[in-house]
Amino acid sequence: MAFATAQSPGAIGRGMAYALLHRRKLAPYLYVAPSVSLFFLLMLYPMVAVFRYSLLDGAILKPSPKFVWFDNFLQIFSDPVFVQAIGHTLYFSIMSVIFHIIVGLSFALMLNSDRIARPLQSILRVLYILPWLFTAVIIAIIWRLILDPNGVINAILMALHIVDFKVEWFSSSRTAIHALTFVNIWAGYPLYMVTLLAGLQGIPRDLYEAASIDGAGPVRQLLHVTLPQLKPIIVSIALLDFIWTMQVFPLVWMTTGGGPIHATEMMSIYTYKAAFSRFQFSIASASAVVLFIISMSMTYFYIKHQKAVR
Amino acid sequence: MRLLKSTLLAKSAALALALTIGGAHAETNLEFIQWWEPELPAGALRGIMDDFEAQNPGIKVTLISGPYANTRDQIVVGAASGTLSDVVGLDGAWVNDLAKQGAIADLNPLISASGFDVNEVAAVIKVGDGSYMFPVASFVYPVFMNLDLLKEAGVDTMPSNRTEFVDAARKLTSADKNQYGWVLPLSLESPNGIQNDVMSWVWASGDSMLKDGKPDVTNEAVVGTLEFIKSMYDEGLISPGTFAKKEQDKVEEFVNGRVGMMVDSLAHINLIRERNPDLNFGITAVPAVDGYTGKRGLPYASWGIGVSANSEHKEEAFKLVSYLMSKDVNAKLVSIANAFPGNVNAKPDFVTSDALFGKAFEIFQEGYLANEFVGLPVAEELMRQMDVEVQGMLEGNQSAAEAAAKTQAQWETAF
Repeated sequence: MAFATAQSPGAIGRGMAYALLHRRKLAPYLYVAPSVSLFFLLMLYPMVAVFRYSLLDGAILKPSPKFVWFDNFLQIFSDPVFVQAIGHTLYFSIMSVIFHIIVGLSFALMLNSDRIARPLQSILRVLYILPWLFTAVIIAIIWRLILDPNGVINAILMALHIVDFKVEWFSSSRTAIHALTFVNIWAGYPLYMVTLLAGLQGIPRDLYEAASIDGAGPVRQLLHVTLPQLKPIIVSIALLDFIWTMQVFPLVWMTTGGGPIHATEMMSIYTYKAAFSRFQFSIASASAVVLFIISMSMTYFYIKHQKAVR
Repeated sequence: MRLLKSTLLAKSAALALALTIGGAHAETNLEFIQWWEPELPAGALRGIMDDFEAQNPGIKVTLISGPYANTRDQIVVGAASGTLSDVVGLDGAWVNDLAKQGAIADLNPLISASGFDVNEVAAVIKVGDGSYMFPVASFVYPVFMNLDLLKEAGVDTMPSNRTEFVDAARKLTSADKNQYGWVLPLSLESPNGIQNDVMSWVWASGDSMLKDGKPDVTNEAVVGTLEFIKSMYDEGLISPGTFAKKEQDKVEEFVNGRVGMMVDSLAHINLIRERNPDLNFGITAVPAVDGYTGKRGLPYASWGIGVSANSEHKEEAFKLVSYLMSKDVNAKLVSIANAFPGNVNAKPDFVTSDALFGKAFEIFQEGYLANEFVGLPVAEELMRQMDVEVQGMLEGNQSAAEAAAKTQAQWETAF
């Protein structure tokens, strides 16, 4: 109290101005503090922890694990099952992305066409988007039933005399990876369909009119007008889809569990089994880091592409 | 002044004494983590805990319940972080890892201190010299048979050896009618088909996959069993889709009348009756090799119980373990769960009220509980490794002996 009364009015004003300036400088940091702290807590810390575990021997389970540097990475890369898992993951992801684009674009073109009546378009739009509404668990259950040796697909194929025996889609090492990829294509195309449909509706009609005047038919219009116009959207969504598909776990786990033998072993399955079946958390972390690095490299291309678009 | 000081001192002493006495009567709160509560009728396990609390004033039990898989994950995390609940519901497959990790306590000192009679316990799960788990309730796995299909196929007697079983499977199988003799689930997601549907044939003949606690998968009994399964697979007696099939698919095919025989848990009797009330089915022990007359090993899964090594109330925790293992309480619990008792003297009431359970109890008493995966390190992973090799054998990539040899090599590394 004595201190306050001893100050002159000018000094008080300067003090308040200083406090205000200080508060203004602090304000932006306070605004971003919640999101930054959430980022550190929920993203950065777990990532750093997994990186650290991948360099330790017996992380989590040993009371004082030792640093073994890259031994865990050497171990997983010398495991033929892990190398196989990388191959399966890449096949699964690349095929999924390619067919997502083809199926998604085909349906988007169909829904954007003037040749289909409006009411039918609305019905088809709802039907085609259905797979997107199901969770991975439901999709796995549905397709396990459909592709069961006694399921609908075999019944149809046998009725049409296309096959004369019950194909064990998920249960044969020759067909399991293709059946799984097919299911993932079915589950993921609606995202492309919706996004590309929005893109198609944004393409100016005069481009098609000009192409038509120049004598371009539907195929040439598709190749020289539609696809170039949709390219930024296709590239963005394909890169994101590739990253997401690489990490798919529940669908694979619930349909084949990585089998038969190792026919559908993916990196996510390998990581899960190392952690929760063998309790090798360091090995699981090393596998997760490899998956992370591949995903990050794709993220780099995505960001680069986004900058180029801007 | 001196009087005042004396009075204050006396009052302080009285207060300290009162606090000490109060402390002695302070409540001990036991945490009990398990997956049993959701599998029992609502309030059943809580009721048993309330009875325990009434008999043991000063001890309160908090149940930490969840589905099996969640409980397993919580126990793994709790064991790693040293925060495991005082009393732990255990699956035999976890015991070795948790014991080696030092997460669950050796029960031997607690048994000695409390005077608990171990002879009343059906099986004590050990790791080395230490005792770590008692099975509270056991769910045995006999062979379930569709009696109508058997009759239709002209099979009059329940098969008791492998030749009779194959013969019955042959008569039951009619691919045109989409009907098969046997069902074998070998999904890698949950590889317990190896334990329940493959190795059960080895144990039923009194044989073993271990020797002196170490893997012995290449012995004649195991290789012979694999060859027996392969012969049925090649002959088309097993319903298709084996490698992606799970336990629930197996039960579903049996309920639908697509397969005539399956090895399954008694816990599913009520489920089968609910799903198909008209299904006429019976049970028998898993057939043994031809000519075997000894006692039959019965595969089982169990609700086991142990005490956390980090518990500050081990004595009270073991009181709860002893209570659940006592004759009457154990009989009450297993009667609710439709399981067989962990206490050899307990007799569940469903044995007399239900003919099928009565028959199962007969099988149980004539044989012995056999599940050699209980207590092994990374038991689930061992099953998965063998599953992969058995799948390879059935696909024709390798012989039974080669599958056994590869399993042996992998298991030796895990041990």
